[in-house]
Amino acid sequence: MAETHRPPEQFKLRMRRYDPESGEAPYWDEHTIELEPHRSVLEGILQAKARFDGSIGIRCSCRAAICGSCGVRINGEPGLACHTHLDHARASAKDGVIEIEPMGNMPVIKDLIVDMDAVHWKKIQRVTPWLLAKQPVPEREYVVAKDAMVDVTQSMACIQCGACVSDCLAMEVDPGFIGPAALAKAYRFVGDPRDDRQRERLVDLSEDPQGIFDCTHCFKCVEACPKDVNPMGQIMRLRRIAISDQHIVDANNGERHEAALTTLVRDYGLLHEAELVPRSYGGNSWFGKFHPAAGMELLSLLPTAIKAIARGKIGIKLALFGHKIPAADLQAVKRIYQTVEGRSERYELNLYISGEDEDERTPVGVAAGGTDGGEDPAVAGEGSAS
Amino acid sequence: MPAHDVLIIGAGLAGQRAALAAAQGGASVAIVSKVHPVRSHSVAAAGGINAAISVDDDWHSHAYDTVKGSDFLGDQDAIEIMCSEAPAEVMHLEHIGVTFHRNEQGLLDLRAFGGASMKRTAYVADITGQAILHVLYEQLMRHHEMVERFEEWFVTSLLRDEQGRCCGVIARDVRSGRMEVFHAKNVILASGGAGQVYSPTTNALIVTGDGIAQAYRIGAPLMDMEMVQYHPTTLVENGLLITEGARGEGAVLLNSEGERFMERYAPNKLDLASRDVVSRAEQTEILEGRGVGANKDGIYLDITKVPRKRTLEALREIVNIGKDFAGVDITREPIMIRPGQHYIMGGVKTDVNGATPIEGLYAAGEVACVSVHGGNRLGANSLLDTLIFGRRAGEHAAARALSMPMPTAVNGQLNDDVAAIDAILARERSGRRISEIKRELGETMNQYVAVYRDQEGLEQALGVVKRLQEESQHAYIDDHGTVFNQDVLGALELGYMLDCAEATVVAAIERKESRGAQFRTDFPERNDEEWLKHIDISLGVDGGTSGPQISYSPVTITQWQPEERKY
Repeated sequence: MAETHRPPEQFKLRMRRYDPESGEAPYWDEHTIELEPHRSVLEGILQAKARFDGSIGIRCSCRAAICGSCGVRINGEPGLACHTHLDHARASAKDGVIEIEPMGNMPVIKDLIVDMDAVHWKKIQRVTPWLLAKQPVPEREYVVAKDAMVDVTQSMACIQCGACVSDCLAMEVDPGFIGPAALAKAYRFVGDPRDDRQRERLVDLSEDPQGIFDCTHCFKCVEACPKDVNPMGQIMRLRRIAISDQHIVDANNGERHEAALTTLVRDYGLLHEAELVPRSYGGNSWFGKFHPAAGMELLSLLPTAIKAIARGKIGIKLALFGHKIPAADLQAVKRIYQTVEGRSERYELNLYISGEDEDERTPVGVAAGGTDGGEDPAVAGEGSAS
Repeated sequence: MPAHDVLIIGAGLAGQRAALAAAQGGASVAIVSKVHPVRSHSVAAAGGINAAISVDDDWHSHAYDTVKGSDFLGDQDAIEIMCSEAPAEVMHLEHIGVTFHRNEQGLLDLRAFGGASMKRTAYVADITGQAILHVLYEQLMRHHEMVERFEEWFVTSLLRDEQGRCCGVIARDVRSGRMEVFHAKNVILASGGAGQVYSPTTNALIVTGDGIAQAYRIGAPLMDMEMVQYHPTTLVENGLLITEGARGEGAVLLNSEGERFMERYAPNKLDLASRDVVSRAEQTEILEGRGVGANKDGIYLDITKVPRKRTLEALREIVNIGKDFAGVDITREPIMIRPGQHYIMGGVKTDVNGATPIEGLYAAGEVACVSVHGGNRLGANSLLDTLIFGRRAGEHAAARALSMPMPTAVNGQLNDDVAAIDAILARERSGRRISEIKRELGETMNQYVAVYRDQEGLEQALGVVKRLQEESQHAYIDDHGTVFNQDVLGALELGYMLDCAEATVVAAIERKESRGAQFRTDFPERNDEEWLKHIDISLGVDGGTSGPQISYSPVTITQWQPEERKY
């Protein structure tokens, strides 16, 4: 049902302020505003700005979640201020006060305004973000399959708000990681049949140690994205195309890692953790551990392994022989592999394309990040265990 | 001190397209934008772009639809140019990477749109403006050596030389507060419309009529300012836009009796009649007591008729808007809408190359009035307008620049602007707050200068505007810093909005007839004999001390004589 109109209520906003000219450290600034509960946090901030303090700095424009200006962190979570209802924000606030901070991973210029050029746009430019069109250019339009265009529309829907970049955990630890926004943008070209450089783009992004294999598969960007771009899903698709279609074996051991993981799950039914590292470095077989590269890596991990054994996190038997699951279950796992690998074409389930046919399924918006939310268990799950 | 052949103000569709065209024409180019280019309001354009690309279509048909849509106030030579050049422009966009939806044969899919005699709207889901804008920006990133970008720089005035020709701008670096003179042989205004003059409006907060007012202040004439488009389907909640594409896909409008009332107002085109016709129909239904909602001031837009899968594929954005801003799942229930301010057909007067009567000053996009939209704009013609005339202005300005020396600006203009800003910062805390003045302006315009107007209401509005102009001189601000001082920019923007509002009301009072978006209950008929002409408003050579001056310019008619306009 359409929302019934509740009368205006008071909401407390606590904003992170920073005045670069004052020479002082950032500080918290509280204001109490009064609006209907379904109105947005942005409207709340603008009321505070209009009534109490015009110096509050926030980028904003469209108020309709399309321009991407108002990326902020609300109660510690990244998102658009115009897209977040006051009552929801208060419900998730730890003390009933809605906390608003600037986005993370980017330098703060003033108050809630961050320097996106320094981080976000630099990374976008890193992936050659323009079409390198197949020649010769036709007189009229390129003929492109309907579904292919709808597919890249998911990535095209990105409004460059920076919410995914703000809270990317990998980027926090490794600021050089190309990151979710730029890699989603890269998919927009790799997946576009009119682009001429699919292989070159993928080689570039696979061989870069801070490229597609630097993602830790943590889902933060999927949660953050207000437009269901599903950046992590785009990164995983880039990996699948690089490995299965272009057969790129990168120097970062990304491909080896994926191969090792899928093989181990097929053979043991569960991941045999101790085998994963040597195979990722030395090749996907039992003899992988004898490869010099594997040896070096295992040596460097020895202190960690000793600690883990000492604390009971891993047993010697488990390390040598792996998990054991009932034979029937192992057969079921192998059947899944046979079904998937037996298909002539890789089945990319993408709810953005297929949409919802039956009324029983959950509405698209709720399954934020489409692809992974509704994944068919028969589809092989890729991803690193790191 | 930057100096370029061509300087473009505004980095929306028109501005970015002009920049690329001028650079390709061999000129040195700078583009200045008060927000990051992809935040420009073009990004919100949803439904699509018109072009007669189908083999069964003919650009003459598109042109006639546009002429009729304009209620015969559009200049037909400009319309012919726009419609004949449209197919090539759409193909160009496709070649540089715009992800237009395809049909089953893999060719560009076309959807139906308001006022069109056949399907000719190419689209990307319902994010067409965003898709084109982002692709143009990709090209600017690619050709960054050819186009110098000044992102988050706010233009405060247009520079003039001794002869009154435009030769650059004064602009403020928003990040540092530094004011700078930008010299240019040619300036292209692409700063968009002035929707924030009204409340509610579909327009973003940045759409404050900066360029319209700045051109006006240096003597450029504004044309057709009374022609303000009210879009039929804006959310009752907060004025946000629900794209016409919904009706293009099959959605219908219903009143409180569940009646598809457009059958009475436009028996042929029904819900896809031109926007002014539909807005008036809705307003009439509401005024006659058949509105819906708690205040009976809405109309139902029923999208449940469209197959769910199609809605999710092609109208995804409004699924999200319905869910996020109105708590409605549009695939299962109707959503409440009503007419809301959306677009200004009027603007700075230009010829078909984007040149204004001020030498050295061009304009393209919503800021300009060529006029291709006349009294009412057809949906999906604005995206087209920005690209065609953006390109033409860029090409023309580049060609002109290559054969002329850099003009010399009159001294002291930078100091004037710096002093003006200092004066704002120094205002005492005794006047009204800017947000208050802005709110009163918006509500006044939405009440008296909206779908239905009359002499009394218009005069009342004019009185309010003049009073607010006086009050705005004393409106004080809180922020006295230099880094990202949005407060002082808000004070400047308020001044621009009031200038635009004044021109709009004066023109509406002047036009004593109903045509296109202007409907006067005291002059309800269209009167071609006396009023088939444009109304121009300028400030006159005395710097505006005697107020807006009214003059007229003829409508160019090539093929289509005015006729009765029925949908």
